Amino acid sequence: MSTVKEPTPATDPDVAGTSAHTWTGKSRGWFLNHLPPDKLLPEDQPSYVASWAYVFGMGAVAGLVFVIASGFVLALNGPQWYHVSSFGHFVNSMHLWSVELFFMFLVVHLWIKFWMAAWRGGRILTWITGMVSFLVSVVTAFTGYLLQTNFDSQWIAFQAKDALNAVGVGAWFNVANVGQIFMWHITLLPLAVGAVVALHVLLVRAHGVVPPLDAAETDAQLRETTPPKLARGRIDHE
Amino acid sequence: MSKAPSPMSWRRGDNIAGRPWRGRVRDYDLFKELVIGVVVVGLLVVGLSAVFSSPDDPGVTLKSWATVAPSDFIATATAELGGTSDTAAYGQPYSATPDATQKLGFIDLQALSGVRIPIDTANDFVLTPLKTLPTPPPALAIWSAATAQEQTKWTSDYATALAAVTNGDPAHVAPGDYGPVPALTGALLTMAGSGNLDGVLQSGGQPYNLNYTPTILFLGDGTYFAGLADAAHLTGDQWGVMNETGNTPGQSWLWLFSLFYQIPPFNSSPNADILVVAVMVGLSLLLTLLPFIPGLRSVPRKIPVHRLIWKDYYRNR
Repeated sequence: MSTVKEPTPATDPDVAGTSAHTWTGKSRGWFLNHLPPDKLLPEDQPSYVASWAYVFGMGAVAGLVFVIASGFVLALNGPQWYHVSSFGHFVNSMHLWSVELFFMFLVVHLWIKFWMAAWRGGRILTWITGMVSFLVSVVTAFTGYLLQTNFDSQWIAFQAKDALNAVGVGAWFNVANVGQIFMWHITLLPLAVGAVVALHVLLVRAHGVVPPLDAAETDAQLRETTPPKLARGRIDHE
Repeated sequence: MSKAPSPMSWRRGDNIAGRPWRGRVRDYDLFKELVIGVVVVGLLVVGLSAVFSSPDDPGVTLKSWATVAPSDFIATATAELGGTSDTAAYGQPYSATPDATQKLGFIDLQALSGVRIPIDTANDFVLTPLKTLPTPPPALAIWSAATAQEQTKWTSDYATALAAVTNGDPAHVAPGDYGPVPALTGALLTMAGSGNLDGVLQSGGQPYNLNYTPTILFLGDGTYFAGLADAAHLTGDQWGVMNETGNTPGQSWLWLFSLFYQIPPFNSSPNADILVVAVMVGLSLLLTLLPFIPGLRSVPRKIPVHRLIWKDYYRNR
């Protein structure tokens, strides 16, 4: 039997002033409060977000796009297809080089964020998810090298078993078991990388880009190099 | 009164890093940047793939091993039969060999994991495959009827005799009582040379099998496989973990992991793998949790690389 309910006043500051009274409504309020559309898809950034250093994060994301796309084609055709097809070999090459570029961008991005001390101002989870992205990506790439089904993968399997056996996980992460490693490489680990990277990007949007270490409260100390634009909803007293 | 967090702290304090930006803003188009990034990286990926391609050296088979290096194959088969190969003495997860595991102090995770992939090298690598032949060698019956002491003496004497001749050639072994061992290893060599052993060892009697553990371990017990890897600069003492065949870059992001295998005390330790993994886990945790560590998190302030990163911002002050 359905009942008519009067909205109860919300005490949660995230949903205060809204009519949210269900889990769904409160969740919507929480998301809109922490990640409003203009933060999620911004059209402007603070004036200090103007450096070549910012391209590497986006470069890593672009690299990941090609890693996933080329990996998707390889997965659809099976791990041995590229041995017998010239197109397959080219897709395999794209997979390899997109992984190399992905890691290059990712590592440079990580070190730049270290020198920026980009964890400041409540951005700790952004830093941690970035580091976890790197570490999970390393494991994912490693399983890819094991799936080459050629001499290199045979030798890597033979050598790498010792480290995995030494820590007691060799039976569940058996590098010589292609079926097991295939499962890790095309399902579990990509899902983990995708989820952590997505969370990382959302956190970057939610918290914004960290200001320079010696930044002042406003741009009053800056010489004008471009026509000024004011932060939305703020009055500039400069 | 609560103490204000340090400017280098991860905490959201009442400072410029913790508050919304109050200064000027500049136009920024997220999707445009993403599209440009995808196009540029796409061109790089296609260009690098077209120019440098990717390596694909064919894998090693038991057939190629038996054909190219029969003496090494016979010596390895003898060790498998006698239970003296690296795999036979490996410990967990393949066997319960005492004191064979790697330990981190008193912590023995390898032993704790148990014998999850049991491998009896004599039966799994030699005797059982020979039993699948249309006409199994009569030497199998002699081996089965012998005592463990006799089996050990035969394989030990034959291994010693093989090691004593040039290139380990079985044809020139000194006469002696080696029981059925020469016949068994010779039959296995013939079986491998025909390509039959690859299928039998890998399939385990099943029509479907994706598990190459027996083949990889058997190959690794010989010197032929390692010799090929050495020539390709892939062994552990050649930074092999991060190398790829040919001149293509491999997993260069594993450089630090590879580095530890090259230096003391790791390169001479019987527990090298567990020690290197422990150090890498520790360093990874340290970097991940670095914002929580006073002193370390202030390094970016003390070494002002940030002045280079935000060069334009600081220059316009």
